[in-house]
Amino acid sequence: MKLVVDRGRCTGIGICESIAPDVFEVGDDGVLVVHSEDFDGNEQVAEAVRSCPAMALSIAEDG
Amino acid sequence: MGMSNGSVAGPGLVVVGASLAGLRAVESARRAGYEGPVTLIGAEPHLPYDRPPLSKQFLTADPEPAYYTTEEALTGELGVELRLDCRASSLDPPARQVRTTTGPVAYGRLIVATGAEPRVLANVRPLEGVWTLRTLDDAVALRVALRSARKVVVVGAGFIGSEIASSAHSRGAEVTLVEAAPVPLVRAVGEVVGESLSRLHTRNGTRLICGVHVERMVGNEHVEAVRLSSGETLTADVVVVGVGAAPATSWLGGSGIQLDPRDGGIICDAYLETSLPDVYAAGDVVHWPNALLDDTVRLENWTNAADQGARAAVNALFPDRRRPHETVPYFWSDWYGHRIQFAGTAMADSVTFASGGPDEDRFVALYRRGARLVGAATLNEPRKIMKYRRYIAGRGTWAEAHKVLVARTPVPATD
Repeated sequence: MKLVVDRGRCTGIGICESIAPDVFEVGDDGVLVVHSEDFDGNEQVAEAVRSCPAMALSIAEDG
Repeated sequence: MGMSNGSVAGPGLVVVGASLAGLRAVESARRAGYEGPVTLIGAEPHLPYDRPPLSKQFLTADPEPAYYTTEEALTGELGVELRLDCRASSLDPPARQVRTTTGPVAYGRLIVATGAEPRVLANVRPLEGVWTLRTLDDAVALRVALRSARKVVVVGAGFIGSEIASSAHSRGAEVTLVEAAPVPLVRAVGEVVGESLSRLHTRNGTRLICGVHVERMVGNEHVEAVRLSSGETLTADVVVVGVGAAPATSWLGGSGIQLDPRDGGIICDAYLETSLPDVYAAGDVVHWPNALLDDTVRLENWTNAADQGARAAVNALFPDRRRPHETVPYFWSDWYGHRIQFAGTAMADSVTFASGGPDEDRFVALYRRGARLVGAATLNEPRKIMKYRRYIAGRGTWAEAHKVLVARTPVPATD
């Protein structure tokens, strides 16, 4: 499964980075960088997805 | 996994307040495995919606409201009994009942998440054209008013007032911001950063007047001007009062619940439990001891409402999994296209600019208490702030705090 960022919604608030800093990082320009797009069910990453204030993160099935 | 299913006798979990904290409470209850009845009561007619944009892009562009969820997801998938447009009017702890405008609701466990209500100006007669902003309906009405507004006066230069001033300015209005304190935002970010941020208004074309009170609104039915204690009169077609919010707890009067004598917030312990049996609270209403920063505080921000809602539900339903709510507070604000972020607390011994400076459009300011870094404020430094938040959570020292600025990877923090 893959992590998907809706770039139209994400405003780089950084809650996801706060919860799962190995996967998410907001850049100097405020744009979210996803270090690893593969989602293996990690609970921290799932919480980061659920916690996005802008509802910009989701998990998509492969294919 | 050998955990209980959180069986609560009889009527189950009742959450009063259907905004972020209340929503996160019911979601968290289900995710934690609670299978009993859940009732969510909301005073507004709306499904839970995203509040931070209401003073920002909701006013400048014309987006649809951002609802967090659908009725189908709440009532169907989560099995929540949803009572919207239903206002809690009193709490009867011996009867274990919440009385509401649509009848009594019995509870086994109760979470109070009724949020806060805008403060109004004492002794100032309200006129048409004078607004406060809290709810979606408020924002829709204010947005319509701002469309044709030429001269806008915003009373209160806190975060909400400042965001509204910035939004009105970007719609082309001439904006004046009036603040009673000599320096804005002192409680939120301290004097040094409050002063520095307030200059963003001037640099971007909004007039800021500090140390002045509103004496009265001038006009017959519709406001025409604002008379200040300095003697100055400001012409206005729209006035927005943003002088803070007070916990929405008047409905709890007579319940015996312990409230803070100064602001009426609910006194909770570290587990977000109130003084009443089986009654918890979450969000803007809560005073609680935050062990991570050794402070007892009440916070009005998105992050806190979300986290406390989720935590209060688990603590209320699963005693074997209860944990204190500990957090490094975090909030953000957007003015004139600039991103302001704050992590930690401004209750500090000293503040230093670690990069940039008070008159620059980009800075990092650090807050020291004893040997510890307790807070970080940034302006247009979005890559830095969460690294500081984790550093503060790990009880990082002041002496080493500058290393966070150059780190390419997340800085050491405890988990």
